[in-house]
Amino acid sequence: MSDTTHGDTGHGHGHEVEPITYTQSDERGRILLGLDEHRSRRTDTSQRAAKRAERQIAGMFTFAAICFVAAIAAYLLVPKHDIVWVPVLGNVSASNLSLGGLIGLGTLLIGVGAIQWARALMPDEEVIQERHELRGSDEAREDTIEQFRRGAQESGFMSRPIIRRSLLGAMALFPLPIAFLLGDLGTAPDDKLRHTAWGNKPRTRILNQGSGQMVRPEDLAVGGLINAIPVGLTELEEQEGSQNARAKAAIILVRMNPDEIKSTQGPNWDYEGIVAYSKICTHVGCPISLYQQRTHSLLCPCHQSTFDLSDSGRAVFGPAARHMPQLQLDVDSEGYLVAVGDFAEPVGPSFWERG
Amino acid sequence: MSTSTQPSTPVGKTARWVDDRYTTSNALRRNLGKVFPDHWSFMLGEVALYSFVILLLSGTYLTLFFKPSMVDVIYNGTYVPLKGVKMTEAYASSLDISFDVRGGLLMRQIHHWAALFFVGAMTIHMFRVFFTGAFRKPREVNWVIGTVLVLLGIVEGFAGYSLPDDLLSGTGLRITQGIASAIPIVGTYVSFGLFGGEFPGTDFLPRLYAIHILLIPGIILALVTAHLLMVWYQKHTQWPGPGRTENNVVGYRFFPVYMAKAGGFFFIVFGVTTLISAFVTINPVWMFGPYTPDQVSAGSQPDWYMGFLDGAVRVMPNLELVFWHHTLSLNLIVPAVVLPGIMTLLLGAYPWIEQFVTGDKREHHLLDRPRNTPTRTALGVTAITFYLMLWVSGANDIIATTFESSINAITISLRILLFVVPPIAFTITKRICLSLQRRDNDKLLHGHETGRLLRLPHGEFVEIHAPLTQKEQAEILGKVDMPVLALETVDANGVAAPWALVNNLRNRLSSWFYAINVAKPSPAELEAAAGHFSHVSAVELEATHRHREFEALGGVLHQPSEDESVNH
Repeated sequence: MSDTTHGDTGHGHGHEVEPITYTQSDERGRILLGLDEHRSRRTDTSQRAAKRAERQIAGMFTFAAICFVAAIAAYLLVPKHDIVWVPVLGNVSASNLSLGGLIGLGTLLIGVGAIQWARALMPDEEVIQERHELRGSDEAREDTIEQFRRGAQESGFMSRPIIRRSLLGAMALFPLPIAFLLGDLGTAPDDKLRHTAWGNKPRTRILNQGSGQMVRPEDLAVGGLINAIPVGLTELEEQEGSQNARAKAAIILVRMNPDEIKSTQGPNWDYEGIVAYSKICTHVGCPISLYQQRTHSLLCPCHQSTFDLSDSGRAVFGPAARHMPQLQLDVDSEGYLVAVGDFAEPVGPSFWERG
Repeated sequence: MSTSTQPSTPVGKTARWVDDRYTTSNALRRNLGKVFPDHWSFMLGEVALYSFVILLLSGTYLTLFFKPSMVDVIYNGTYVPLKGVKMTEAYASSLDISFDVRGGLLMRQIHHWAALFFVGAMTIHMFRVFFTGAFRKPREVNWVIGTVLVLLGIVEGFAGYSLPDDLLSGTGLRITQGIASAIPIVGTYVSFGLFGGEFPGTDFLPRLYAIHILLIPGIILALVTAHLLMVWYQKHTQWPGPGRTENNVVGYRFFPVYMAKAGGFFFIVFGVTTLISAFVTINPVWMFGPYTPDQVSAGSQPDWYMGFLDGAVRVMPNLELVFWHHTLSLNLIVPAVVLPGIMTLLLGAYPWIEQFVTGDKREHHLLDRPRNTPTRTALGVTAITFYLMLWVSGANDIIATTFESSINAITISLRILLFVVPPIAFTITKRICLSLQRRDNDKLLHGHETGRLLRLPHGEFVEIHAPLTQKEQAEILGKVDMPVLALETVDANGVAAPWALVNNLRNRLSSWFYAINVAKPSPAELEAAAGHFSHVSAVELEATHRHREFEALGGVLHQPSEDESVNH
């Protein structure tokens, strides 16, 4: 092996230092200095220090073993639902704390012990090893090219273009049927994104999500807000086995002084100052939940898009580009608030075919 | 086949059994004594590697209990606040792991913490490789693999924290669906394909689970293996220092020193991760409740590595184009698709970009100290600053509520600062690098200030400067002063050469990259400085001697002799 270990003088201090010379350099203009002399550790020179390090390291490994046995005991003995109060941490799971603390401490000790072993007792003299050249020799390169030429020649890949072209054509088509197999990953979008549960039947009553009651206009004071869904949505969800309908139909109802309404998306789409807007942000679809009464603005907690509910749900700030879709409201013969029909446009985030 | 010595121990016999069949002695003979260079910054990649191992181990454990199903169940476990609540099986099993499996919470928290450390360590490891120029020839491909690994780590982490189907993770998926929908032409189909139809559907979590536990970790494992094999084969880079050259590796042997150090360090990473998981709660899914598409909590924040993307989406102005019955959501595809795409491409292509600018196609095994390549370092800091500005943007709501200020004002300021701060960072970094180089030269020629003052016999005070150690000098002198490119732009007849435009551009870029630099002292200057130091120590010796004499004479003042002042 071409490795060289730099000679150790044994005693690293207390003698004349050789003056440094600056004559050696590489072709890049670096000034190269030789390896500096090895300085002995205490464990190299003192038998007692080495023995002490040995005991220290073995002690860590032994303590690690004890930690692991204790962790098994903790698994068996600490009730899994016990909560303990620990300063700084507060109320925490006793099982998590004891298991994690003991396993963590044990593994940490193994690691610290092993590194201490390497640092204090294993050789710490620097070894010089030459790098091998990464580039192949000219001879190897030429031989490889020759081998390749021979194979190419023998295969007839270049001399028989019909085989080559038909093979390349077949290989190019090979991934296509595999790609088609992904076709049934999802249903076709059709017009699913353009309809919500509000359009399932006309004049759908509105369910207050907080109280679970159907909403009457008098339930909402000026400045009030209700999170709502169409009546029958829960049953629909049971039937469909998913939350898809909810992801489009959730709305927010707010009441403001009718004079404060600057505009609605259709003529008289409010009912006595009550307006209903989709709750699903037109940006990326987060449910919008922060309403500021004074400015009638609705703020999305995800990316801070802000909409003015007194002005047709217009996007006034943030990354959302479109207004929040509005529902036309009315009251039925029994005095319940109803949505006259579905939203006039798709709710939620934009998509290519939306138009 | 004959063997010179007959093994008697079980290990020896096993080794012989294996070698009889696989010639393992060939590879082991060469590799057990392999030398690795030592530097603290080389352990950053190790942290990433070990975190990945921890992720594989803890993740496998979690698969034994987690049910990746979006079928609704009524929760009936031990966490009282959610008893009787309808939720998906995925969320219910996450609660069970947290409360009813002994050690389950610990494993969940180890898995989550290790994921945060994994991406973090990869990122910082990448900084190290960038700033020291370790990505240069012959290691460009490993840099690209590293870029892909960081990217995969981010995607894998996001997939992981989306699985428990709590309110926070579901919100992240909703955003993903919104972004997927925004992709031009195919977006709607991509979204419907991913989710098996409309959002949220019931197909997505099982699919994400397969991607999270099989597909991405499989690719990461393969790439990590390739990454390590290349490091092993090409040998590690090393810092300039005494005895270090482009043609050697100076350090310690793999067996036993690095086996003990690296093996031990794995246990340290494991131990620290476990201790943190024992003491610090992460992602308490039980507090967020089950996901439902019509609820969200204010102040929702993704895991740290998604922050820059979230921030980019937040500060993007609301540009959306509608034409010919189609919608193009620039407000989403620019920050969430185009921007990360460009960032990744620039990052992955950087070794070739720099090669284009510097024309440097030599092999590099000695690292650059970041200060010695001021333009590269400044570029890196600029990129990091841009990233951090995006990251800060991801917390615009937190900043607004913490400092009780207007979210609009903060967002608008961030839109401007995003483009103003990075160039400032560039200039400052470059100046700092140049100043540090000057300081290096200064230290070479004048030594360390020792803080010891010497009063010369005639009354003058001088401070003793000590010469740098050989190691310190070697580190500084390992610097390469690079020439600026001067490619031909006109041929022998004074006519513009075919590649004149490109060559001209390269000359100018190279000048921008290298022209402003501080040359290191010449050997002659260094020799002169060394002589100067020996002179200083002679003066000091003399002074000490006189001081003793002075005391020996019982304090009688010794007359100053001829001029012995020291010039600085």
